[in-house]
Amino acid sequence: MTDSTPHRRTRRGGRAPLGRVMAQVAMVMNLDKCIGCHTCSVTCKQTWTNRAGTEYVWFNNVETRPGLGYPRGHEDQEKWKGGWRLKHGRLVPRTGGRARRLARLFANPELPTLDDYYQPWTYDYETLTTAPLGDDLPTARPRSLIDGADTEITWGPNWDDDLGGGPGPLAADPVLAQLEKVGERVRLEYEQAFMFYLPRICEHCLNPSCVAVCPSGALYKRIEDGIVLVDQDRCRGWRMCVSGCPYKKVYFNHRTGKAEKCTLCYPRIEAGEPTVCSETCVGRLRYLGIMLYDADRVGEAASVTDERELYEAQLDCFLDPHDPEVARAADKSGIPHDWVTAARRSPVRALISDYRVALPLHPEYRTMPMVWYVPPLSPIVEALSRDGHDGEDPACLFGAIDSLRIPLEYLAGLFTAGDTAPVEAALCRLAAMRSYMRRINLGEERDPRLAEAVGMDAARMEEMYRLLALAKYEERYVIPTSYTGEVPRDPGEAGCGLEGEGGPGMYEDPADAFHALSPLPGQAAAQTSGTAGTAAGSASSPTSGRLNLLNWNGKGRPAGLFPRRRGGEQA
Amino acid sequence: MTHVHIALWGVLPYLVLGVFLCGTAWRYRYDRFGFTTRSSQLYESRLLRVGGPLFHYGLFLVIAGHAVGLLIPEWVTERLRVSEHFYHLNALVVGGAAGLATVAGLGVLLWRRLRVRAVRAATSRSDRLVHPLLLAVLLAGLTATASSAASGSYDYRMGVSVWFRSLFELEPDVAAMRAAPLPYQVHALLAMGLFALWPFSRLVHAFTVPLGYLARPYIVYRSRGRAVRQAARDGSPARPGTR
Repeated sequence: MTDSTPHRRTRRGGRAPLGRVMAQVAMVMNLDKCIGCHTCSVTCKQTWTNRAGTEYVWFNNVETRPGLGYPRGHEDQEKWKGGWRLKHGRLVPRTGGRARRLARLFANPELPTLDDYYQPWTYDYETLTTAPLGDDLPTARPRSLIDGADTEITWGPNWDDDLGGGPGPLAADPVLAQLEKVGERVRLEYEQAFMFYLPRICEHCLNPSCVAVCPSGALYKRIEDGIVLVDQDRCRGWRMCVSGCPYKKVYFNHRTGKAEKCTLCYPRIEAGEPTVCSETCVGRLRYLGIMLYDADRVGEAASVTDERELYEAQLDCFLDPHDPEVARAADKSGIPHDWVTAARRSPVRALISDYRVALPLHPEYRTMPMVWYVPPLSPIVEALSRDGHDGEDPACLFGAIDSLRIPLEYLAGLFTAGDTAPVEAALCRLAAMRSYMRRINLGEERDPRLAEAVGMDAARMEEMYRLLALAKYEERYVIPTSYTGEVPRDPGEAGCGLEGEGGPGMYEDPADAFHALSPLPGQAAAQTSGTAGTAAGSASSPTSGRLNLLNWNGKGRPAGLFPRRRGGEQA
Repeated sequence: MTHVHIALWGVLPYLVLGVFLCGTAWRYRYDRFGFTTRSSQLYESRLLRVGGPLFHYGLFLVIAGHAVGLLIPEWVTERLRVSEHFYHLNALVVGGAAGLATVAGLGVLLWRRLRVRAVRAATSRSDRLVHPLLLAVLLAGLTATASSAASGSYDYRMGVSVWFRSLFELEPDVAAMRAAPLPYQVHALLAMGLFALWPFSRLVHAFTVPLGYLARPYIVYRSRGRAVRQAARDGSPARPGTR
């Protein structure tokens, strides 16, 4: 490279200028494996929202699709005004710009009420034990958790689970309604019904609209790992984020008057552990890993005119960690090397960018979501086997993907703003994998043509099978431990309160004491600020004059690297 | 009698001011988590959408009217050739309308608070004190405004306003307030009660008006590490809006 600005390889083999590299912890869910057991929802709730004020709050929920979702019909952005829209080519929150938001501080017209979620309730268990002896069996009547009055249960967190809501609620599915608008008549008769489960958490978007509409600036995206969080001390309860989020994944704690949302279990992620929902997922369908992306391209990608190009535009934001220039730029942005290594091994990156089987949820909201989904092949396989066909025969399967338009259109309505081509491609790859692996399982010869037909080769096909079907724990979750992507500490600034002289944080690091560095060129500042004490004491230590090569940034020639020449001058 | 007046108009204002300032500082220091609107819109939206904006926007006008009436001395408007008649007509019509809107909004909100079970259940002890007080302050103020409609009535700019400004000159003009009619005295007294309660109630949310939002970039980035260190990052600086 002769010019100084870094470039990256594009997906089409060209080169494009590279902006600021940022890292994001992203998730992919393999919908074919979700059995709708709600273990993720329950463990999440037990961990985060089993408190008064958050009774109705489900950071993680599992929806049956087609269905209404949670809160009811939340995908209808004509009504709720979540996400972004293009106004004269510029991105504006759909709820309106800054002035409009401030003008509506005192009553947010697009805020869902509890009835759109459900009225949380408990049962009057006490009557069961305190009822006087009589002929009638005492009953525990439902009681509202909001005002304590007797209540009738008319809706719940998963009322339309397994199509339990019947054709009524089903027909109100905003994605189905969208399909009908473009002339797809969806019949909801039993023999044509299809369904699958859609677990949802916060999308931790690259272009989060909840952050954009928060007047207090309490919501923020973390630079290091892209997790979107609410600063509870800065939140003033203006509730704009609730309506700003098109996925309705920011909730209002009605006791504390503060917004709360999925934290991607950041304390666990920081320690290199998967989120609670992932850890406890029975179907092992969740994948966690690092995505590197070009932060300077996000705005441009989110404002692509055609909604159907948003998926491709977002793919173009992602960077290839194998590209040495990307790795170098990542290092310059303060991303540690083990994060770049983790990005290379990232299962999420493999499913999104390599195999191209994972798709974003509702890219048309223009928030650039970062929880992606492998679309389910099961509606199609089921339809085939119901008709007496072989659900794993490649010819049948490919034909069916093409002919079963309704499930395909529906999936496209969820994942690609209605463009069926990427969904079809992903499903074909999954179908090819089934057929390819079935031949192996039946002891037949490997058929690389099956892989080539979907633009892959035999080796990658088997890798994808390993990742999707075997889904080993350490391959599903590749999470480096956290870093504070930080500059050397400012010399004038006192550190954490515990680190003061004699404070409990003021222990001597044995490793530091051992290596007792002599200052390197360009590292003098870090030396004087951070470990001034050690540096001063090093002269008398037995290891004085030694060099810790781990701290050498590769530039210049540090003192102590070579023995002194005679005459005192350094080599 | 004089002692009472000195206590009420010469001493009490400073006590209230002290409680107001120290209380707010204390609350901000120890209970930043409690600085919130404690919105009840999740329970009930229809009435709030009428009452909330009506009350708050009315209140803004009322506050602006108070600022003009209390802080701008008479000689300034005279210099600007605003006639006495026009000034008071304006104060009566605009001020009265704003006051009525505020009271109407508060009425809707109070009705909602009493009649919607969920909202009522979420009412705190400080709410129970502050809401009636707020209503009383408003009604006393409206009475005072209405009484100024009568010809030859009390000119508050020669009395109450003089007293108010004298407070900040640390030379309280007790006599000016002593001469004021009862509605004005009651209004001022109740208002002082409101200011004393301010730091300890949900009224603190008034200090958090998010005007900074107008100048902020949409997306806020923050570092895991200390915010101050973020600002010190050289080379590729944090996005604007990063704290």
